[in-house]
Amino acid sequence: MPSNPTPLAEVTETREHVHAALTRTSTGHEDLRELESGLDSLQSDSDRKHRIDWTRILLPIAALVVLVLIWQFYVSLGLKRRDQVPGPLDVMNQMAVLWTEGKVQESVWTSLQRGIVGFVISVAIATPVGLLLAQVAPLRRAFGPLISGLQVLPSVAWVPAAIIWFGLTDATVYFVVFMGAIPSIINGLISGVDQIPPQYRRVGTVLGASRLQMALQVILPAALPGYLGGLKQGWAFSWRSLMAAEIIAVGGTIGFGLGSLLDQGRDLSDMAMVMAAILLILAVGILIELLVFGPIEKRLLRRRGLLAGSTR
Amino acid sequence: MPVVLEHLGKRFGDGAPVLDDVNANIKQGEFVALLGASGCGKSTLLNIIAGLEAPTSGALEVPSDGAAFMFQDAALFPWLTARENIELALKLRGVGKAERRTKAQELLELVHLGSAGDKRPHELSGGMRQRVSLARSLAQDRQLLLMDEPFAALDAITRDLLHDELERIWKETGRTIVFVTHNVREAVRLGQRVLLLSSRPGRVVQEWAVTEEHRTDAGLAGQLTGVITARLREEIRRHAK
Ligand SMILES: Nc1ncnc2c1ncn2[C@@H]1O[C@H](COP(=O)(O)OP(=O)(O)O)[C@@H](O)[C@H]1O
Ligand SMILES: [Mg+2]
Repeated sequence: MPSNPTPLAEVTETREHVHAALTRTSTGHEDLRELESGLDSLQSDSDRKHRIDWTRILLPIAALVVLVLIWQFYVSLGLKRRDQVPGPLDVMNQMAVLWTEGKVQESVWTSLQRGIVGFVISVAIATPVGLLLAQVAPLRRAFGPLISGLQVLPSVAWVPAAIIWFGLTDATVYFVVFMGAIPSIINGLISGVDQIPPQYRRVGTVLGASRLQMALQVILPAALPGYLGGLKQGWAFSWRSLMAAEIIAVGGTIGFGLGSLLDQGRDLSDMAMVMAAILLILAVGILIELLVFGPIEKRLLRRRGLLAGSTR
Repeated sequence: MPVVLEHLGKRFGDGAPVLDDVNANIKQGEFVALLGASGCGKSTLLNIIAGLEAPTSGALEVPSDGAAFMFQDAALFPWLTARENIELALKLRGVGKAERRTKAQELLELVHLGSAGDKRPHELSGGMRQRVSLARSLAQDRQLLLMDEPFAALDAITRDLLHDELERIWKETGRTIVFVTHNVREAVRLGQRVLLLSSRPGRVVQEWAVTEEHRTDAGLAGQLTGVITARLREEIRRHAK
């Protein structure tokens, strides 16, 4: 037994000080349950219904209409030659022509398919690498700066090298996409891991998680918001790199993508075609954000209770 | 003896020792309240017992299967529901999938949250979160349960209620509990034995037994609280300049 002095219940003064909390609070089990369920229902949120928020749909459309009107107004001032600055209607017509020729469908499909395949492969490579770097300090010290550097390096810079190595093939396009997407996904994952409250790891340890369990059951889900940010950025980099590669590397066995369409417009000095291609590239970007990343991110944040008070 | 601490010491880096010559024995099934002023090293001591940190000197004996731990903030994983949080603890212990489901429900019912299992932590009140956290630490199924000021952030009514809850669960499950607190009343309310830890360096300087009479007689409990508070204040005043 301990060697300390143990004056058991060394009571000297007597006071008429009654604290309810010093003794058992409730008179019985039933009483306790009742009190408790009263507190529970007082203190927890009642479920709120999610309704469709029309401002979310109407406001962006209104903004679009305003921009097109401004564009039309500028064109109708006649400050520039029409073939240099085509109006919205000219671009619409050009788009219709391209559609009937099947070029819109072909180029969007080719680019989107490449973008998605390239992105998915990038995710598959970057995720384990990112986890490894985030978890193993010497690796992180060794390769962290390189990865950050690669993220800053515009991936277009890889196009000449890729053409020399792979020729005018799809391999060139994919290589450039990988060099754009992989570093930013890795960095997103690492910064997601860095922001995990240290408490989570301690809980994992206390619960007896092995190294692998810790990585998959604790670290990865905890880092998900940062990881998703990395994925979004990775997608943006894939898409941009893809366009750059398609514009520069045309011909050979490379299929006809949106970048190729843009380059063709330039070759033909057809400004309406160039504008049409730019709008298509923009539209794909917006749709992916609205249909894929936006909903995933909202769901993720709402489930964690992180959405309250944001302007999303 | 599930826990034996002998001449335990701890210092961080080359600073002054946080713990120095801590001695204590904790018996099977005992409820011990570890009391001390803020910053005296209670969490450090608990972390050492849990194996989250290593002592710099001395020896300790703990159950070979480790200890369950309950943190001050519930520390539930926000991406899991209440039930999934408990199931994760079972899973990491190697419990099979089907059994996890029923065991988790049992534990939820033990803390009177049988119908809140599908809520996420942010949808629960602080007291409910702590009950889920308690259920999770019980899911670990360790004889020894370490609790680090688990109710410190709760309002008084909720805390009183959780005291009753914890006492009931302790009696039902027969766990050995080390309960850390800086609140004298809480220590007297819960512990069978109250150990007072001094500050800088932390050391067990005195201990009191709390009997069943203290549980029912508020006057008696009040007296003991007064005595312990006076001793704690004396300990804190020692550091006044
Ligand atoms: N990881 C650490 N590194 C350095 N000092 C620490 C660390 N953890 C705790 N301390 C110091 O040890 C002392 C006791 O801390 P702690 O055990 O958290 O106290 P308590 O839980 O009793 O409030 C404090 O003065 C604190 O600053
Ligand atoms: Mg503490």
